[in-house]
Amino acid sequence: MYSYVFRRVFSALPTLFVVITISFFLMRVAPGGPFNLERPLEAKVMENLMRIYNLDKPLWEQYAIYLYNLFQGDLGPSYFFRDFSVAELIAQGLPISVQLGGLALLLALTIGCGLGVIGAIKQNQPADFGVIALATIGITIPNFVVAPVLTLFLAVHFDILPAGGWGDGALANKVLPVLTLALPQVAVIARLTRGSMIEALHSHHIRTARAYGLPGRVVVVRHALRSALLPVVSYMGPAAAALLTGSVVVETIFGIPGIGRYFVQGALNRDYTLVMGTVIVIAVFVVLFNLIVDLLYSLLDPRVRYD
Amino acid sequence: MTDASVTAQSNGAVAQEGRSLWQDAMRRLRANRPAVASIVILILITIACVLGPTLSPHTFDAVYRDYVKVPASLSSYPRDEQIEPAMRTALRRARVEIGEWTVEDDRIPIVITSTREIDPRLNRYLDRAALFENAQVLDLSDDKRSARLVADITRLYFFFGTDANGRDLMTRILKAGQISLSIGLLATVVALSIGVAYGAAAGYFGGRIDSYMMRFVDILYSLPYTFFVILLVVFFGRNFVLMFIAVGAIEWLDMARIVRGQTLSIKRQEYVHAAQAMGVGTRGILSRHIVPNLLGPVVIYMTLMVPKVILLESFLSFLGLGVQEPLSSWGVLIAEGSRNLQGATWMLIYPALFLTTTLFCLNFIGDGLRDALDPKDR
Repeated sequence: MYSYVFRRVFSALPTLFVVITISFFLMRVAPGGPFNLERPLEAKVMENLMRIYNLDKPLWEQYAIYLYNLFQGDLGPSYFFRDFSVAELIAQGLPISVQLGGLALLLALTIGCGLGVIGAIKQNQPADFGVIALATIGITIPNFVVAPVLTLFLAVHFDILPAGGWGDGALANKVLPVLTLALPQVAVIARLTRGSMIEALHSHHIRTARAYGLPGRVVVVRHALRSALLPVVSYMGPAAAALLTGSVVVETIFGIPGIGRYFVQGALNRDYTLVMGTVIVIAVFVVLFNLIVDLLYSLLDPRVRYD
Repeated sequence: MTDASVTAQSNGAVAQEGRSLWQDAMRRLRANRPAVASIVILILITIACVLGPTLSPHTFDAVYRDYVKVPASLSSYPRDEQIEPAMRTALRRARVEIGEWTVEDDRIPIVITSTREIDPRLNRYLDRAALFENAQVLDLSDDKRSARLVADITRLYFFFGTDANGRDLMTRILKAGQISLSIGLLATVVALSIGVAYGAAAGYFGGRIDSYMMRFVDILYSLPYTFFVILLVVFFGRNFVLMFIAVGAIEWLDMARIVRGQTLSIKRQEYVHAAQAMGVGTRGILSRHIVPNLLGPVVIYMTLMVPKVILLESFLSFLGLGVQEPLSSWGVLIAEGSRNLQGATWMLIYPALFLTTTLFCLNFIGDGLRDALDPKDR
């Protein structure tokens, strides 16, 4: 088990390396630079800035310096948010994004799995059609429509929730962003659970369990749901990574200071280090959650072992 | 091999009895009511988007300064209570005293007096406002100090209201639809061609070539996608055609994987071996046997990809990275709508309705096609 985890983490390093390399060079090929402002800087000032940030060196040398610093855990200074290092910005934003994403994840998993199970048990009955309808709506309507519509009803029309802002993490400020983040995930999870649950309920071991006279709830929860969760778990790997690293749309609409926004802002301002920092955070999360998924697999499905 | 050609011939001879995969699929699709309804709605939306902007009385970039953010309504503008303030504003610069005025079926006669001589050309002040047209100065008195000004009231319809600049929202939504839909198709066609060619080649050649080609796909998969797209925006500036060719050039990854998997299974079929035995070349086998048999999954995936691309474009436009004014796409309109949420809800509701309906339809059609073409369900 531990050796498996170790091997997996080790084998993820080349992937991370490739992602970092490609992102680094792609970012640099893009025209413009971090200090090309609307009002051009004085030549001497520009020269000094470029020298201080090592931007005047050849590209491969900059790359080597970046990697060297990265190995020492230094993500570099942000070019746009002066006086802040990328690590500081991430340390400020990431907890907020993780908090919102985590809540959305919990909400989506409980509601999504619940709905999926209901749909599967009541297959082709009104409750099932309700679940299918909700899942279709949730998957189709994009979050940049859901967010303003929710704001319109809950914040503008009925005025029971704040329309935006973080409010130092007040509960009321989290409701709308979490709902927006969770809704599409609820839909996907409900759909996946329903599909695999229907399949599971038709399998031999469920028939056997029923033949033994086990109560319905035990059959559904302990025997059917356990195998039905496998596709959900493998979907949740990348989805959880994406949720926890923040959503650009949700953070922009609700004005939340998470790290989702840094990515777009950084790319537009040519804030090379900030973009690289967020790319690395996202890539690490993806690798981490794929690992967690594989470990969960062995918990849920005894046939899968990593020894 | 002889068997194969014989069956092929006999199939051709008794074509009325046999049903091809596609005929079968069409029948199943026609039985699927949500899918059929979606196809009809989608065709209607497409026709409306293609013809609407030319048929509409408003052009998509015409600005009506007197009608900024007027609500959606089936009755015509101006409202009765709008006429007086508009008339007074228009005539303020003419520096005349406004006497009696009434509204009699779309004409507005106004009695005007002035301490100076009235210039008959002052009708232009009224004509300039969007509410009035054909203004005329009549019955100019002898001392030219008083006259009667008659103008027609222009009746305009804004079924979906107007936006923050006073442009007709319906025309804009239809015009935006042209762009959103064509972007969806354009990027999908690009992704389709690259993906099918790449995947079919990798699957057909197999072995080491296959594993190298697919490893390359895996590496591209691991790159953060949003990052890629944003970089493309930076590269191509705001040229959306180029940009979506580029988006299509990224989207081909899934297609390549699907096509490769299918190719791997198709190339082991007997008819391919038969063709090989008869000496058909690689190119012939690929174009004559493999690609046509891939069409099923490719068509399904294509219908599911169009909404993905439309969504991506809307997402970019929402962030302000997409189509630029005065052109617009559904994403741009939704972004504007969500900024004007308070007081102008129609600006969000209608574009959102069009976008989601289109996405719904495309998803239903994709699902319907999948069910129809799935040989397992037969």
